[in-house]
Amino acid sequence: MEKNRRIREHPIIDFERGKRVRFQFEGQWLEGYEKESIAAALFASGVKIFSRSKRFNHPMGWFCGIGKCSSCLMRVNGIPNVRTCITPVKEGMRVAIQGKKGVLPDEADIAVTKKEERAQVLIIGGGPAGLEAGITSTRLGLDTLIVDENPIPGGQLIKQTHKFFGSKQEYAGLRGFEIASIMLKELRKCGGRYLTETSAIGYYGKDGKQKFLAFKKREGDYQLLEITADNIVVTSGASENYLSFPGNYLPGVYGAGGVQTLMNVYGVKPGNKALIVGTGNVGLIVGYQLLQAGVEVKALIETMPCVGGYLVHAAKLVRLGVPILLKHTIKEAKGKKCVNGATIIAVDEHKQTIEGTERELDVDLILIAVGLSASTRIVSQAGCEKMFVPELGDWIPTHNANMETTIDGVYVAGDGSGVAEASTAMLEGRIAGAAIAEKESYNPGEAKRIKEEAFSELSKLSESSFLKAVTTGKSRCQQKWNEVRSRER
Amino acid sequence: MKGEPREIGYLTYDVFKKKIDLPSRERLAKGPVAIIECIEDIPCDPCVEACKLGAISKASLTTPPDIDYEKCTGCALCVDNCPGLAIFIINMNYREEKALVSIPYEMLPAPKRGERVDALGRSGKKIGVGEIVKVRKGTGATFVVSVAIDKDLAMEARFIGIQGEINE
Repeated sequence: MEKNRRIREHPIIDFERGKRVRFQFEGQWLEGYEKESIAAALFASGVKIFSRSKRFNHPMGWFCGIGKCSSCLMRVNGIPNVRTCITPVKEGMRVAIQGKKGVLPDEADIAVTKKEERAQVLIIGGGPAGLEAGITSTRLGLDTLIVDENPIPGGQLIKQTHKFFGSKQEYAGLRGFEIASIMLKELRKCGGRYLTETSAIGYYGKDGKQKFLAFKKREGDYQLLEITADNIVVTSGASENYLSFPGNYLPGVYGAGGVQTLMNVYGVKPGNKALIVGTGNVGLIVGYQLLQAGVEVKALIETMPCVGGYLVHAAKLVRLGVPILLKHTIKEAKGKKCVNGATIIAVDEHKQTIEGTERELDVDLILIAVGLSASTRIVSQAGCEKMFVPELGDWIPTHNANMETTIDGVYVAGDGSGVAEASTAMLEGRIAGAAIAEKESYNPGEAKRIKEEAFSELSKLSESSFLKAVTTGKSRCQQKWNEVRSRER
Repeated sequence: MKGEPREIGYLTYDVFKKKIDLPSRERLAKGPVAIIECIEDIPCDPCVEACKLGAISKASLTTPPDIDYEKCTGCALCVDNCPGLAIFIINMNYREEKALVSIPYEMLPAPKRGERVDALGRSGKKIGVGEIVKVRKGTGATFVVSVAIDKDLAMEARFIGIQGEINE
């Protein structure tokens, strides 16, 4: 097993590791640090295989690393299907790969207590959109509760080590993790509540206006929370898109966001030599972050004839000597137990591969950064209407300018309402928070002012050609919302 | 266009000269000045906020920044505040033979004064050698590294490769 995956020196981040803990993996004792995820502790100890294919028995690793997919599910302390990427490692924990057959836990392993909660505004997801919705609604006088399934608050902001674009209102010029701590401080200051490690598991409408949601909370024991809320803002974020190619299941093929989490949150080096598939801003940014973590970036590849993200991000990589190969795609990930190479191939203008142009790359890490899809399961369950937006290539919850869905009192914001970027997410969260206050007559004048200001900020952002797809998609969405509403009347 | 930036991921020297309105020869001769290599409609304005002299402005949040070279003193506050790391300071009045190029730097090893470095062009290729004469730790842990290089490389050198050898 490869050791020393811990990043000791980093140009931007000082990793503060918790107390050392010992835990068992498949009966063998390993070491990790308190507050880091089981997945990070395993990976740092050299464990790359997280499961085996039920049909072919081939080894598989984690993929998204941010609590969205199911590739890191393991049996922890006897309980099956635990998402190891968002569950902190604890002293004495027993972790095991799940077999081909599901085994129910022993009764003794699960202790569940039940608790009731109430909030005027319940926010599902505590990233930039959720935090902004929380801060805004709390400031305007509403009782707000944010629940988030991650152990560390702040959503994807906490793994963003680059300085943010945008304007001062959206904390431009600061690094993502700095923005998260400012927003969390702000939320605390105005009295907003934030529960970590709390997964939204179900929605139940009750008596028309009241929304009733059940959650489970992991804090040592499991707690089933029944939360009654007048309004809900779903800021559930997005999940990494996947790509089909031979070997894509191998440990070493990871989502860009998961790699960011591993190296920037937990200080664990994801590999030594990387290939990045996709040159949108995510691919470009994570490429730069890999270099900062001491990982060699062999190449970025892109099927389009031009770079997808900002030129300034691409330029940072190119001047550091990283090749960006346009009109290329991945043909195969090589390796038996984990990735030990990749074959890339050129594509023509119709994105068809050109035989004979294959090239082998010596890599142990393949990052998939080919876009994100809005996480909409909770809004679907709530019965909110969804629509397909071709510009975004995605299904999004139909919502109006106030970010309200087709169900009264259920709002959306951020990537979960259509994938854009952090400034848009913050502004949408602010709009949702203010719109709720306005509706509930909490400081309605001030709420309206905040909302109008955020609308005008959003329209400034929308002038950028980079946000054209989002802007077109969202206006189409508002049109649809009006149609649905007039039909209902 | 040959060397179309989005088709190669950077500005070639030719495209750079065409796309960016550079300071006059006279202004360059006077001393340090900021060169902003930002040509896209990114919604972003920390450079405007960073400049205490009001030399940088934007017509709207999404237009590329404008710089008034007569107001700019080359103080470099914008260099570490630009999220795109796209601003550089050029001082053609540094020494007889040498220019001083200041770049944003966020890599390891940490740069040290007196160190000999490779001067890299926008394409990442080595175009010469230089010496670090000043290191400032700017906002958010971004270093602003000033490198003395031959004058004819000043408009091309945009990164450094640290060799670890100190000039005595």
